[in-house]
Amino acid sequence: MAHVSDLPGPLAGRVRDRGSGRGRGRGRRDDLRALLWLSPWIVGFAVFFLYPLLATVYFSFQRYDMFTLEPVGLLNYRYFMEDEAAWRAIRNTLWLVVIMVPLRVLFGLGVAQLVTRLKAGVGVFRTIFYLPSLVPVVAGTLGFVYLLNPGTGPVQAILSAVGIPSPDWFGDPAWSKWGLTMLALWSVGDLMVIFLAALLDVPKQLYEAAAIDGAGAWQRFYRITLPVIRPVVMFAAVTGVIQALQYFTQAMIAARVASGSTDSAGSVFTPGYPDQSTLTFPEWLYHQGFRDFAMGYACVLALVLFAVSMMFTLVLLRQFRGFAEEEA
Amino acid sequence: MTTTASPSRVPARTPPTAGTATAASVRWRQALLWIAHHSLAIALSIMFLGPLVFITLTALMDDDQALTSQLWPRTWNWDNFAEIFEKAPLLTWIGNTIMYSGLATVFMLLSSVPVAYALARFRFRGRKLAFLLVITMMMLPPQVVAVPVYLIWARLQLTGTLWPLIIPMLLGDAFSIFLLRQFLITIPREYSDAAKVDGCGEVRTLVRVILPMARPAIAAVALFNFFYCWNDYYGPLLYARTDLDHWTLSLGLAAFRSVHRVQWNLTMAATLLVIAPVIIVFFFAQRVFIEGVKLTGVK
Repeated sequence: MAHVSDLPGPLAGRVRDRGSGRGRGRGRRDDLRALLWLSPWIVGFAVFFLYPLLATVYFSFQRYDMFTLEPVGLLNYRYFMEDEAAWRAIRNTLWLVVIMVPLRVLFGLGVAQLVTRLKAGVGVFRTIFYLPSLVPVVAGTLGFVYLLNPGTGPVQAILSAVGIPSPDWFGDPAWSKWGLTMLALWSVGDLMVIFLAALLDVPKQLYEAAAIDGAGAWQRFYRITLPVIRPVVMFAAVTGVIQALQYFTQAMIAARVASGSTDSAGSVFTPGYPDQSTLTFPEWLYHQGFRDFAMGYACVLALVLFAVSMMFTLVLLRQFRGFAEEEA
Repeated sequence: MTTTASPSRVPARTPPTAGTATAASVRWRQALLWIAHHSLAIALSIMFLGPLVFITLTALMDDDQALTSQLWPRTWNWDNFAEIFEKAPLLTWIGNTIMYSGLATVFMLLSSVPVAYALARFRFRGRKLAFLLVITMMMLPPQVVAVPVYLIWARLQLTGTLWPLIIPMLLGDAFSIFLLRQFLITIPREYSDAAKVDGCGEVRTLVRVILPMARPAIAAVALFNFFYCWNDYYGPLLYARTDLDHWTLSLGLAAFRSVHRVQWNLTMAATLLVIAPVIIVFFFAQRVFIEGVKLTGVK
């Protein structure tokens, strides 16, 4: 966290007290007051973040099943290197990062672009495009599994009417992640709204000037639109990646429903159906820690997740660095 | 695309009376583009609404038809919606979900608003660090610290309930703090300065001057938080899985199909029951939602 540490120094403290005449004492009082106001969050940070993070490191060197605690050195780490399911989960999660996230950003951008071109019914279309993103995740996933199920869903009927064979989306390891991608594209509405706001902020005169210069539609997009909205797209992409690293519920529900698992709370359920093709990293962590109670090992997985997410978070923080200064 | 003429009237105006042949072709082009864009929008609308329509239709079918790929219900079984309440303790789950979402949201507002205000307005050492830490907490997956946090609640004997998800909201929620802070810095400092000249302390300034101006942001954050909890599956799964009496709608819905083997019509009826409140609230508070989402997209 190299760039997090450049706090305003004593100089900044003096500047902020300019003209008050009470100088340093005033600054200290300001600090104390801020400390007081921030105290709930500071306690939360310590109890639910800092301490657990350190404890995670500690547990990663233990074998722990909630009853007995036994130091095992690097055993959990060595096990991780050989844990095929974990690497399968890593590959699946990477698939989501590399394929699902870019598709979602592109699709969101495309839909937003389309909305800016519409002349009639803009409000209605915008609402329709936004609506699916509000649908609760569990409900949306259930609906999609049913919808794409070749036996029961209309997608199969429609595709075969056109003469295209429909894959067994959530039952075929080659297609299951695409099924989840369809679901992600369907709920693209929140991204669309963000992009739409950014697109509408692009100064109109720029387009007019470009049109006079004879720039084509693609050139206008590439030379004018994209540079202006780039920060927003970047932000959406990075937060998309971080969401993909947490991808859990959809994969879990889809696998459970498609496998026809009959257990009511998932206790005899092997995640990732079909053939571990939807097993995501957080799912494996959850399974190891809270179903098999291999909590020490789960902490190793947690640290891996922490390292990767932190990398992307740092990218975001870099973007926010200037932002935090603003209006200080 | 940027001409001021209303393209919807273009076809009626052709052939052009004055103007050259090129003007006519430009208008033709615009008319064609208009048709292309709107056709595409209509096609997309069908794809976006299709799943919701299909869920609704299936929810009204009888048991046998729901297992076929037929689209239109043979008979309209409205009592499916009554039946799901007999098949599962839905009322309990609804109650739990409302309690979780409601309490969590109230607690979140009580704790996060002052923190966001301090981050947006106060000048103090470490202010930037604090803000960056808020972003970090917002971004890191909850699974990273899941094991030790779970152990804390296990020691307090609160696992098996929803309290481990509600109580921490008293200590601020990073995402809400971030959004509120983003809004609060846009309020000109002059307002709070004026209040201070009038002898208001910080608390009174916040309550009397800033909060009324921040109402849209607070509404958006509250709605987001409420629906986050309403939709939450991971949290309740982690803490309340073992006790049916503490389940939320998300947990219940996820298990619904398996409890009542392949009664897809009833599953879809339950699905609709979970979706409906969100959609209804959205139509009443559309602006709040859209403004709030925009706030999350800050550059």
